[in-house]
Amino acid sequence: MYSNEPHIETNGLNAYYGNIQALKNISIVIPRKQITMIIGPSGCGKTSLLKCLNRFFELSPNTSVTGEVLTDGENIYNPSIDITEIRKKAGLLAQRPYPLPMSIYDNVAYGIRIHHTRPRREMDHWVQHYLEIAGLWEEVKDRLHSPANNLSIGQQQRLCLARGLAVEPEIILGDEPTSALDPISAQNIESRLLDLKSQYTIILVTHILRQARRLADYVIFMYLGEVIEAGLAEQVFNHPQHERTQAYLSGVF
Amino acid sequence: MSKVLTNNQTISNVHRNNQPITQKRNRLDKIVHNSLLAISSLPILFALAIFLALWFRAYPILQVHSFIELISGTVWKPLKGLFGFYPFIVGTGWVTLVAIIIAVPICILTTLYLSEYAGVWAQRLVKPILDLLAAIPSVVYGVWGILVIVPMVKNYAVPLFQPLGNVFPIFMSKNPTGYSILAGGLVLAVMITPFIISIAYEVLQTVPAGLRQASLALGTTRWQTIKYVVLPVSSGGIFASVVLGCSRALGETMAVLMVVGNMVQIPHSIFDSAYPLPALIANNYGEMMSIPMYDSALMTGALILMVMILILNIFSVLILRHILIEPH
Ligand SMILES: Nc1ncnc2c1ncn2[C@@H]1O[C@H](COP(=O)(O)OP(=O)(O)OP(=O)(O)O)[C@@H](O)[C@H]1O
Ligand SMILES: [Mg+2]
Repeated sequence: MYSNEPHIETNGLNAYYGNIQALKNISIVIPRKQITMIIGPSGCGKTSLLKCLNRFFELSPNTSVTGEVLTDGENIYNPSIDITEIRKKAGLLAQRPYPLPMSIYDNVAYGIRIHHTRPRREMDHWVQHYLEIAGLWEEVKDRLHSPANNLSIGQQQRLCLARGLAVEPEIILGDEPTSALDPISAQNIESRLLDLKSQYTIILVTHILRQARRLADYVIFMYLGEVIEAGLAEQVFNHPQHERTQAYLSGVF
Repeated sequence: MSKVLTNNQTISNVHRNNQPITQKRNRLDKIVHNSLLAISSLPILFALAIFLALWFRAYPILQVHSFIELISGTVWKPLKGLFGFYPFIVGTGWVTLVAIIIAVPICILTTLYLSEYAGVWAQRLVKPILDLLAAIPSVVYGVWGILVIVPMVKNYAVPLFQPLGNVFPIFMSKNPTGYSILAGGLVLAVMITPFIISIAYEVLQTVPAGLRQASLALGTTRWQTIKYVVLPVSSGGIFASVVLGCSRALGETMAVLMVVGNMVQIPHSIFDSAYPLPALIANNYGEMMSIPMYDSALMTGALILMVMILILNIFSVLILRHILIEPH
């Protein structure tokens, strides 16, 4: 069904907030170096699913997870696994940008310094490199050492992208990464993500169907904690199999 | 055309009809504003009133001796008219400093654990316990100090640290009773701990979860996130919580005077006894008032205490401003 080999697979994934079951028996395959978009009505569990992929779900109190998430064939819920490695591998672009309380430069250098992924003396080069990929370099090159908080929201989101890319992830997770942005900034982020597709597996949650149509190679439609339909974007959008999917795509709910 | 006209008419009508209501509302708003202003300036007025009252009562002695002379004088012989406050000021400083040095690391580590590592159940359990500890009357802490802390200092701390006394004079012991600066500092530390933790915890709770997650998402450990993200944004608030604890320690009276020995001397070691200013006032006010200037001298003591707390607060505001302005 998928042309690319799978990068992430979930098997019978269940996730609970206390007694509330947010994810019900999710078994999906996410192909490598493609954009997979998760769509569905509010509260259906899109954010929860995304958070299970980088072990962020457990940051909320009283949560529990059963089932498997295999990244490159390795179960990330294996108790002996190093969580920081999982999170390094799957970077997260949040709904709202949160610049770290330091300069623009240090935001990008933060992950490099912590993981020692690049030699210290090459730092300037790499900071510039990632800011360029995120499309922010030209705007900030003259004020690299001013606080990151002074940037506009749209610039902050691109800074968060640069900061995330700097730890050399293989997967980019985005939870409605453009929803807090103005249309131009949103478009900017979208085109960045399209550029990055050739090197990264990208998984995005969105509420905007048109955005999903623009970006998605694969689509996962969720409803009340279950995956109703998943497949090639063209397939799901043009020939949805399930009537719930049809209803959602035609704007009934 | 006619529609526009009626619209205009309606607007002007509404405008005219509403004028008295608007005026009334504005007047009401002004009354509320002024009364709130009056109420909120009350605390400042109280502080000013206390300061003035102390000043007037202290005035007689300040005419005879200068303020500098009083705070640098080392001899306290009221019958001879000698009122040197230096031993009391130093005693207050020692006890407070010892308390802060003991309390601050414990408070910060506890707060970090509670806020960043502990589960919900631990937070639910510890919060009420802290509130309870903060509500225990100070005299109860004093009794506990006499029964537990003083013997502990006497039987364990003194023998343990005495060998160090030759190298570090602050551990020298010439006082075998246990009633000492260390005992006072320990009791004070226990008293201000719940207070500092409560405030510092609230400060850490104001750090947005999204900010922590932004750091964790990069594959950092919890400790790295605390060190590089949580502490830098909350350092000002944590510092403020310590200063508030310090202010409390400076003014705490009952528990301290019960364990600190109350001897008029300039202490040189944590095992010496001391006589902090609040203890001086509480022990002597209302007694021996026939001694000339005695009442006035005690009021000067209170004034000095107030000035010390004021200086601490000004100092902390300056440091806070420095911390907050400095780009992280
Ligand atoms: N911290 C939480 N505690 C308890 N229940 C939660 C929590 N977060 C989410 N839920 C519940 O889990 C379910 C799935 O939530 P989730 O946030 O994954 O939905 P979503 O699809 O991302 O919604 P939206 O599109 O509005 O962001 C919802 O029923 C929600 O109420
Ligand atoms: Mg969501």
